[in-house]
Amino acid sequence: MTPPTERPTVSLSALPLKRSSILPGFGLSLGYTLVYLSIIVLLPLAALVLKASGLGLSGLWSIGVQPRVFAALKTSFTLALAAAAINVVFGVIVAWVLTRYDFPGRRLLDAAVDLPFALPTAVAGIALAAIYAPNGWIGALIAPLGWKIAFTPLGIVVALIFIGLPFIVRTVQPVIVDLEQDVEEASASLGATRLQTLSRVILPALTPALLTGFALAFARGVGEYGSVIFIAGNLPFISEIAPLLIVVKLEEFNYEGATAIAIWMLAISFFILFAINLIQAWSRRRFGNV
Amino acid sequence: MQIRAQDIVKSFPGARRAALEGVSLNVGSGELVALLGPSGGGKTTLLRIIAGLDLPDSGKVFFGDEDASEKSVQDRRVGFVFQNYALFKHLTVEDNVGFGLDVRNRAQRPPKAEIRRRAHELLDLVQLSGLEKRRPSQLSGGQRQRVALARALAVEPRVLLLDEPFGALDAKVRRELRSWLRELHTRTGHTTIFVTHDQDEALELADRVAVLNGGHIEQIGTPDEIYDHPATAFVHEFIGESSAISAQLREGEVFLGDHRLDLPKANRLATSNNGEGRLFVRPQDILIGEEGPGALQAEVLSVRRSGPTRRAEIALPYDRSSVEVDAPASVALQPGAFVPVRFLRGAFFLKADAAGAAVHARG
Repeated sequence: MTPPTERPTVSLSALPLKRSSILPGFGLSLGYTLVYLSIIVLLPLAALVLKASGLGLSGLWSIGVQPRVFAALKTSFTLALAAAAINVVFGVIVAWVLTRYDFPGRRLLDAAVDLPFALPTAVAGIALAAIYAPNGWIGALIAPLGWKIAFTPLGIVVALIFIGLPFIVRTVQPVIVDLEQDVEEASASLGATRLQTLSRVILPALTPALLTGFALAFARGVGEYGSVIFIAGNLPFISEIAPLLIVVKLEEFNYEGATAIAIWMLAISFFILFAINLIQAWSRRRFGNV
Repeated sequence: MQIRAQDIVKSFPGARRAALEGVSLNVGSGELVALLGPSGGGKTTLLRIIAGLDLPDSGKVFFGDEDASEKSVQDRRVGFVFQNYALFKHLTVEDNVGFGLDVRNRAQRPPKAEIRRRAHELLDLVQLSGLEKRRPSQLSGGQRQRVALARALAVEPRVLLLDEPFGALDAKVRRELRSWLRELHTRTGHTTIFVTHDQDEALELADRVAVLNGGHIEQIGTPDEIYDHPATAFVHEFIGESSAISAQLREGEVFLGDHRLDLPKANRLATSNNGEGRLFVRPQDILIGEEGPGALQAEVLSVRRSGPTRRAEIALPYDRSSVEVDAPASVALQPGAFVPVRFLRGAFFLKADAAGAAVHARG
C-alpha cells in the first residue's frame, strides 16, 4: 500500500481576487457596487464630460481663464479650504468636549451638531445673513468696529464653516472615544507638559480622521450653493462663487460655459481630494491604523 | 528612594464605600513590594495616588524626606507601567523609549544622538535589541510590556510603579517575565511597587507583600510571613488554598461540636477568648487514614488527581462541612467510605467582634 501523498490542489478560491470569508457574496456585491456607482456617480459625470467635449481643450481653457470665471473658481476653492481648515481646529475642540466631559445638556448639544446636515441650506443662508447683516444681532455688534461679515467673502466662510462642522465632529468623535486615557497618563508620567501630550500623543492619533473630515468638509464647501448665495452678496470678482456662476450661465442659456466651469471644478476638486488621499495613505503608514 | 504613603483616604464620587480608608505604606529604598488583593480592594488606587495620577482626599505621600503630595505627576519623576502597555502607537520603539527625554525642556534635554544612545542601551537591558525601528503594533504582548518598562526607566525614575504589568499576558509569558523582572530589579535596584491580583506572582517576586482588601491593608510582610502566618481570616482565605470550618474556641482549645481537635498549642490564646469562629486548614496540613489524638471520622465525597498527589474532598461530622485534603497514594479512598482524619495545623479566627479584631490560634 502506498502512503497517501500530498498533492497540490488548485481551486478558484486561490485567485487573488477572492478572499474566503465568513460572509459569501463577493461576486454579487462587487457587481452591485459597479452598477450602483456607474448609474449614480459615473454616468452623470460622463454626460458632463461628453457635453463639454464639444468645446475642445482650447475652448475649456479660454473659458477657465476668463477673469470672472477665474475669480469665481478662486473664491470657491480658497474659501472652502479656509473654512475646512478653521473647522478642523474648532471641530476637534467641539468633538473633544462632547466626548470627554459630561455636563447637563451634552446630548442636546451633541444632537445639534447634526442640524447643518438636516436644515435646508437656503434656510441656513437666510438665517446667517439675517444675523450677520449690518442690522442683525452680530452684524450690529461689529459694525461700529468697521467690520462687515455678511455680503463679503468673510460671510461665505461663515456659511461654509456652518455647513462643514458636522463632517469634522462626526469623523473625529469616534476616534477620541477610542483613545486610551492611559496613553495620556503615560505621557504625563514621563514628564510631558499638557501641550506636549496634546501635540505629540493626541493629535498624531487623530490625524487620519482629521484628514478625512477635512476632505469631506472641503468637498462639501466647494459644492455648497444654497446657504452661500444669501450671505455672499454675490459681487463678481469679490464674493461670487463658481456654483452661482454656473447657474448664471444656465440662466443665460450658455450651456457650454456652464459645463466648462463645472468641468474645471470637477478637475480641481478631484486633484485636491486625490492629494488628500495620498497624504492620508502616508499618515496611515506613519501612524499605523490608529 | 524611600517611599511613604501616610493615612491615605480616597473615595470616588458615586461609590458607596471609600476606595482607601486611611492606608499607610512604607517602602524601603531598593525594595520590591507587591500590592496584592481582590479587584476593588484599592491597590491600583493606592499606586495611582503614589504616582500622582490621582489625588487623595486626605493623607500625604513622601519621596524620601520630601513631601510630594502637592507635586504633579510630571514633577514626581516616577516610572509608571500600565496593564495595557499604553505605548505611543505612532512612534517607533526607540522613539517610545526616548519620549521622556525628548519632552524635557531645552536646558535639560540631551542631544538627539544621546537620547538615541540611551534608548538603545535600555532596549538592550530589556533584551529587545534589533527592534528599535519597529512600531508597537508589530510586537508581541510581552515585548510591548518590556518596551513600556524601558520607556519608564529612561527618565531615571525615583520609583518604579507597575500596575498589573503582566495582567494582559498569557500564563507562559507571565512566568518568563516574572523571573526576568526579578533579575532586572536585582541589577538596577529601583525601588519598585507593583500591583497584582495573582498571589503566585506576588509571593514569588516581592520582598514584601501588602494584602489590600476593602480599602485597607490586611497584612504586610514577607511572602513567608504572609503565607505561613496570615494575620486575618481574609488573608488566610485569599492566600494559598484552605478550607474554612465553623468551630468554637473554649478555654484556648478548638472544638468541632463537642469534639476537641487536638491542635498543637503553640501561640496559645488567652483563655478568656471564647466563642464562635472559623478554623482554616490547608490541604497539606490534614493527615488522612491514620488514627491518633483528635482524630475524626469523615466521609469521603470524591477523589481527584491533582499534580503529584491526590486531592480528596471529605465531609466532616456535625455540620458536614466539606474540606479539601491532600491524600497520599498509599491510602485507599472510596467515595462513601469513612476514614479517620487529623488536623496537624490550623488557624482559628473568632468572628470579628464589634471592634473588628480577630484573634487566632495557630499550630
